[in-house]
Amino acid sequence: MNNQRSFFFNVDWITVLIYLALCVIGWVNIHAAVFDENNASIIDLDTEYGKQFIFILSALVIGTVILLLESRFLSALAPTLYIITVLLLIVVLVAGHNVGGNQAWIDIGGGFRLQPSEFAKFSTCLLLARYLSATNVKVTDPMSFLIAGGIILLPMMLIKLQPDDGSTLVFCSLIFVLYREGLSVYFLIVIGLLATLFVSALLVNVWFIVIALVAAAALLLFMFGRNRKFATSLIIGLVIAMGFVFCVKPLYLHGLKPHQRVRIDEVLGLSKDLRGVGYNQNQSKIAIGSGRVWGKGYLQGTQTKYAFVPAQSTDFIFCTIGEEWGFAGSVVVLGLYLFLLLRIVLIAERQRAPFSRIYGYGVASIIFCHVIINIAMAIGYMPVIGIPLPFISYGGSSLWSFTILLFILLKLDSNRMGINHA
Amino acid sequence: MNSFFERRYVIAGIFIALILILLARLFYIQVVDDRYFLYAQNNVMRRIMQYPARGPILDRTGKIMVQNEPVYDITVVPKQVKAFDTVEFCKLLGIDREGFDKRMAKARVYSPYRTSIFEKQVSAQQYASFQERLSEFPGFDTQKRSLRTYPDSAASQFLGYIGEVTDAIIKKSGNYYSPGDYVGITGVEKSYESTLRGQRGVRNLIYDSHNSPKGSYANGAYDTAAVAGERLISSLDMKIQKLGETLMKNKVGSIVAIEPSTGEILCYVSSPTYDPNLLVGRERGNNAAKLYKDPYKPFFARPVQAYYPPGSSFKPLSALIGLQEGIIKPSDTYNCIGYYMAGNHRVKCTHVHGTVNLAGAIAGSCNGYFNMVFAKVLNAQGGKNTDESYTSWKNNVNKFGFGVRLGVDMPSEGKGLVPTANYYDKIYHKGGWRSTTVASLAIGQGELLATPLQLANIEATIANRGFYYKPHLIKAIGDKQVIKKEYTIKNYVGIDAQYFEPVINGMQSVVDYGTGQGSKIPGIVMCGKTGTAQNPHGKNHSLFVAFAPRDNPKIAIAVVVENSGDGGTWAAPIASFIVEQYLKGSISKRPSGIFPEYYIEKNLLPDIIVKPADKAKIKADSLKKITADSLKKRKADSVKQAGLKSAQNKPAKKGLGNVLTAMLPKQKNDE
Repeated sequence: MNNQRSFFFNVDWITVLIYLALCVIGWVNIHAAVFDENNASIIDLDTEYGKQFIFILSALVIGTVILLLESRFLSALAPTLYIITVLLLIVVLVAGHNVGGNQAWIDIGGGFRLQPSEFAKFSTCLLLARYLSATNVKVTDPMSFLIAGGIILLPMMLIKLQPDDGSTLVFCSLIFVLYREGLSVYFLIVIGLLATLFVSALLVNVWFIVIALVAAAALLLFMFGRNRKFATSLIIGLVIAMGFVFCVKPLYLHGLKPHQRVRIDEVLGLSKDLRGVGYNQNQSKIAIGSGRVWGKGYLQGTQTKYAFVPAQSTDFIFCTIGEEWGFAGSVVVLGLYLFLLLRIVLIAERQRAPFSRIYGYGVASIIFCHVIINIAMAIGYMPVIGIPLPFISYGGSSLWSFTILLFILLKLDSNRMGINHA
Repeated sequence: MNSFFERRYVIAGIFIALILILLARLFYIQVVDDRYFLYAQNNVMRRIMQYPARGPILDRTGKIMVQNEPVYDITVVPKQVKAFDTVEFCKLLGIDREGFDKRMAKARVYSPYRTSIFEKQVSAQQYASFQERLSEFPGFDTQKRSLRTYPDSAASQFLGYIGEVTDAIIKKSGNYYSPGDYVGITGVEKSYESTLRGQRGVRNLIYDSHNSPKGSYANGAYDTAAVAGERLISSLDMKIQKLGETLMKNKVGSIVAIEPSTGEILCYVSSPTYDPNLLVGRERGNNAAKLYKDPYKPFFARPVQAYYPPGSSFKPLSALIGLQEGIIKPSDTYNCIGYYMAGNHRVKCTHVHGTVNLAGAIAGSCNGYFNMVFAKVLNAQGGKNTDESYTSWKNNVNKFGFGVRLGVDMPSEGKGLVPTANYYDKIYHKGGWRSTTVASLAIGQGELLATPLQLANIEATIANRGFYYKPHLIKAIGDKQVIKKEYTIKNYVGIDAQYFEPVINGMQSVVDYGTGQGSKIPGIVMCGKTGTAQNPHGKNHSLFVAFAPRDNPKIAIAVVVENSGDGGTWAAPIASFIVEQYLKGSISKRPSGIFPEYYIEKNLLPDIIVKPADKAKIKADSLKKITADSLKKRKADSVKQAGLKSAQNKPAKKGLGNVLTAMLPKQKNDE
């Protein structure tokens, strides 16, 4: 079998390089975000960039350890990890440490804190992969679909109770995994349609939407009306859609918490409160927009330096990138992410073992979801949702969990020529 | 591989699509839309104006007339104020607790985060003791400003004053000024505002999101330094200026002296005057209000704004025009029988002069002679086309700067009055008037009105034998002592040099043995002419115009003492003291026995009777009871600007002549 050395040769070094590049970009920009002219050393353990340096080093250790593990071990351990995570998620609700309204942290002594929701991401991915890769399981089968859904929903619900909207949303992205494994394309279409209807119902008069829906249905009926089955489901769909449209407003007004609603209002332009609710997002937009093509230069961002942007090193780290490195920096960072995502898809698809493939799609979905939500939030395309930018944002838990998530895939991939574990 | 293999393209497609959407949005806000860059600049940048020191003003000998004195304001940022000993604080600044609370409330209303002025212009002593203990009062600070000070307390109407800009000034300046800025309101402070104010600088400071300063933007690359205002060198001689003001104490009137060879104004007295230091500092408001209420109108710049009939002082000019037109010869004689028959109207003369020639007529101020000359000028076409002849005469008078604005470098200069032919046409219908109708013009009465500056300028022209330089008060600007080109151009008045000697002979006789003989200065040949200007509102104005020495004249002067009597009695002695002081540096014992102290102490102020019951009427008609002409003219203005805010003694630019003539009853055949 393979010796230790060949393991490392089989590692997908391109992914590792992208990973390292993103970590370094993160570190440099955290430095810029919290830079203080009176204390200019980049490695100072009292500062966030100093700590991030330690986090990166420890993440590399974690990554190496993972690469040294038996891959068999990962699949076998998946249920145990999942159960531990779920237990931790329950513990955190009872005995957690509350930061900024989110009961998401567990003190583990020595000034360190653990964020179980971060670890829930990879343990859920692992269990989902393990379940869906079983020979007798098919997503198209309703029972399997429900169980797969349950695996995703359980941690999701627990996280929602913290309440951590961002992480909750991330679990939704696992729909991509189910889709890849055979979930009907209509699921995606229906979800997309509902999302569109939701936003439109908030923005324009409900009756316009009804008219538009009826017109679209009439057109489809005229074109494909011969197929009676299609016609029936179309009419049922139309009724449900119209019902949904009428439910949106009450749902929005009563189902959401006020702070969530005002954030959505701000993004949709239904209200403009640049000094209050909209302040953070507006300042973030100003920071990014003011970078222009080439940026203001390293440590030269005035929005960043003079504390106009909140949470600069964590959720709003992209502001620093946009302001100091301009559109060029935006292209590089988003380009790296896209490259990474496509690389992960490629890796996933080259696996012989369904377990590895499914897990790979889980990794891609989660990273993708983080990137899109984080940056869309920073440029005002989405309501403010606290969610880190993978590998870049400041924070040990987040960096470690993404490292574990990615390196498990690399480990599985390095073993792809070996035995099929599942 | 499984049956859903192709779905990876869908998923990859979604990844690509969404990331491209984000990039498109980023492209828009980062590259296409420039607004965000400006927003970011506005977030952190504050433009702080740097105010330059206002230029000082020196007199012709280099003596400082105005300079800046530092004063200190106490400032406060309410949010930064922490608990401190308010009792001690109030004691230091000499305010009470109530006043303290009031000031704090005012500052808080302005802004809790920004610096506002807590107490203006504290004394140097208070400042020193406060500064020492500043650290005990967090949130408070001191700020240096400068005020204008006037070491000699003189020449107020020349210097003018500065004050806070009004909205109108801000608008007119194209928003150069901002509220709270100081700007010249009158006098030289106004007319040379752009030179004196210097150039404002800008500092671009960076502020963080908590509004605390973080140093200068781009290391000051876009900052501009304030450039101090340039100094002005005035043509005034502070010695004679002060002497003039002392001599004119308790009198209403004016003195203007000009150096004929340059047009530089040496003396610019307007009386009564005020101490310019009153309009500076904390008491400014009260003082200004008092001065505005003063019925003698100290703000009125009489040298350029007051109008007086020139009276007999006009006679030399009258003679010059006659000579130039070839109507008289110096040797022509006239037999004065004590009056002149203007048609069937008898114009009284001052004496029975008997047979006089030109020089004699000037020396004795014979009205009849000049009535005769004037009649000949107007009847040049045999009594026909009087209006044409008159217009030609008027143009000749205008050439001396009489009846037109001389363009002195002071605001609100009046142009005096020489009526047009049209004016008489309107009164007497066209062709309905002749030399006899307007005979009083011959002796400087009638409608004729001149400013003291114009009178002095006529003397300068005579002294120069035919030309004058534009009279001006600022002889040089800045360290380079730039002289404006317009002040180096000779303005010829169209009288040949040869015609001046006979007239000057007469003027010398005035002082040697004529109407001004009491004012003869030992060792100096002064040529002058007295004037006793009649006015319908009270006692005659005493006038004297002169230049000295006769050869190579150094000074031309006009003195007006309102409502005091004969020209020879008051104006001539005062003028002679100034001339002597200027030429000799001291005043010698006079053969005539006159001495300055007598004139200094003499109170010639016209009475102003204001009944208490009339007080309500005062605002609209404050000067009805004042008999002096200059005060009279002031009335038109004071009605216009009933409020005290706008401090300008500006005669109405349009229709001034109409206003004046409307106020002045017709005067005919006065002397």
